[in-house]
Amino acid sequence: MGMIDIRHLQISFDGVPILRDVNLTVEKGRTLVILGTSGTGKSVLLKNIIGLIAADSGSIRIGGEEIIGMDPEDLYKLRRRMGYLFQGAALYDWMSVRGNLEFPLRRRELLDEGEIIARVTEQLRLVGLEDAIDKMPSQLSGGMRKRIGLARALITRPEIMLYDEPTTGLDPITGRDISHLIQHLQEQHTLTSIAVTHDIACARIIADRVAILDKGVICFEGTLDDMSGSTDTFVKRFIAAA
Amino acid sequence: MKAAYLRFAGLVGNTTGFAWRCLRDAFRPPYESKEILKHLDELGAKSLPLVGTTGLMIGLIIAIQSRPVLARFGAEMYVPAMVSISVVRELGPILTALMVTGRVGSGISAELGSMRVTEQIDALEVSGINSFRYLVVTRVIACTLLLPLLTGIVDVLAILGAFVAALTETHVSANLFFHSAVYSLWLRDIIPAILKTVVFGFIIGVIGCRQGYTVTGGTAGVGHASTNAVVTASLLILFTDLVLAKLTVLLWG
Repeated sequence: MGMIDIRHLQISFDGVPILRDVNLTVEKGRTLVILGTSGTGKSVLLKNIIGLIAADSGSIRIGGEEIIGMDPEDLYKLRRRMGYLFQGAALYDWMSVRGNLEFPLRRRELLDEGEIIARVTEQLRLVGLEDAIDKMPSQLSGGMRKRIGLARALITRPEIMLYDEPTTGLDPITGRDISHLIQHLQEQHTLTSIAVTHDIACARIIADRVAILDKGVICFEGTLDDMSGSTDTFVKRFIAAA
Repeated sequence: MKAAYLRFAGLVGNTTGFAWRCLRDAFRPPYESKEILKHLDELGAKSLPLVGTTGLMIGLIIAIQSRPVLARFGAEMYVPAMVSISVVRELGPILTALMVTGRVGSGISAELGSMRVTEQIDALEVSGINSFRYLVVTRVIACTLLLPLLTGIVDVLAILGAFVAALTETHVSANLFFHSAVYSLWLRDIIPAILKTVVFGFIIGVIGCRQGYTVTGGTAGVGHASTNAVVTASLLILFTDLVLAKLTVLLWG
């Protein structure tokens, strides 16, 4: 059994199927990248894994714990072991960068003031934005927001990371820098991760394995090398278009 | 027509469920007292100039309008009593509630709505924070506590406004005016009024938060939610006022 185990997952909105019989496993310390075109249900899958969207049926086990039907209070506890990078970073716009990073630590009340300051400084150094500490989110560029979002997601030292389109909306150079940063942080913290993206360049940098989602169905799962040799029509079209 | 009734019933049911969840969670730890104080400070500071001006103007206007009318019946001396009773029993609570609905209810709705569409609410949830308690319950409690306080300020300023009007037109002594204004008020005028402002504050908080927290349809949805918050809360406050006014008269006269 993997760190993340998804079995026969089905999700529909207003009777329209979004995900159909999705089966995926991610081993501890490995990174799975889910590729697919826009609107295929990639983000829905990610939000389902962290319990933001309810599934119709199936099973999602995180570290052996079933999250579908889990008690809300237990789900909040489980989420504290996970980090999530949102597509638009979702920084709290009423707080400075410092506030955004300190907030999850203060809520958990596990660290003293000195440790909180040290952890914030360390995270900002890791993402290369020490100078942005007193800026407000509205003063940051797209790439900077993603980096701060990443720092905020990792500041509580999660075991599992979920990335929703980590390079979308960024220029190719910044996108590549973010992908390298993710790969560096993955190695440093030995994270178990799932990233959803349509950016194959990002997948090449961060993925151990890839899965391709087409119209709510996983049509390929394997390594990047396997993907290049796939005979599936959609996979071939996806690679050719990239 | 049937679909419209069903939609209305659904709306009433969802809003009632939302209000019940607010009430239930308000009495469960963690109490988020820092957030409540922050909202009280922010929302109070935002509303004070508007409601203060309203209070002063209402007092001035009622005194100016009522003095010649009461003079026709030889009852000019009752201006202070009429102002204080009408302001404390009805005009203070309802005008404050409607002003705060426009100022605070729409603001809450827009704020929570934009947090929803930019996934900031989801970000709280994935950090293991109960966003409903942190964002909604704290704002509803702040509104519920805020409205009686603001109404008190409006009442005082309205009576002061009436005194200013009386002073410029009849040269009445301050002692006589305030004695008449204060001693004409009975507890049965004051207590139901305070209780009703608590209900109005709860309505403003619940409707503003529900519209914003459950927003759909992106940034356009935020605009609709903000407008709906003001319209729904205003109508609900007027309807509740009618019911509570009848109830008050039946119980206390």
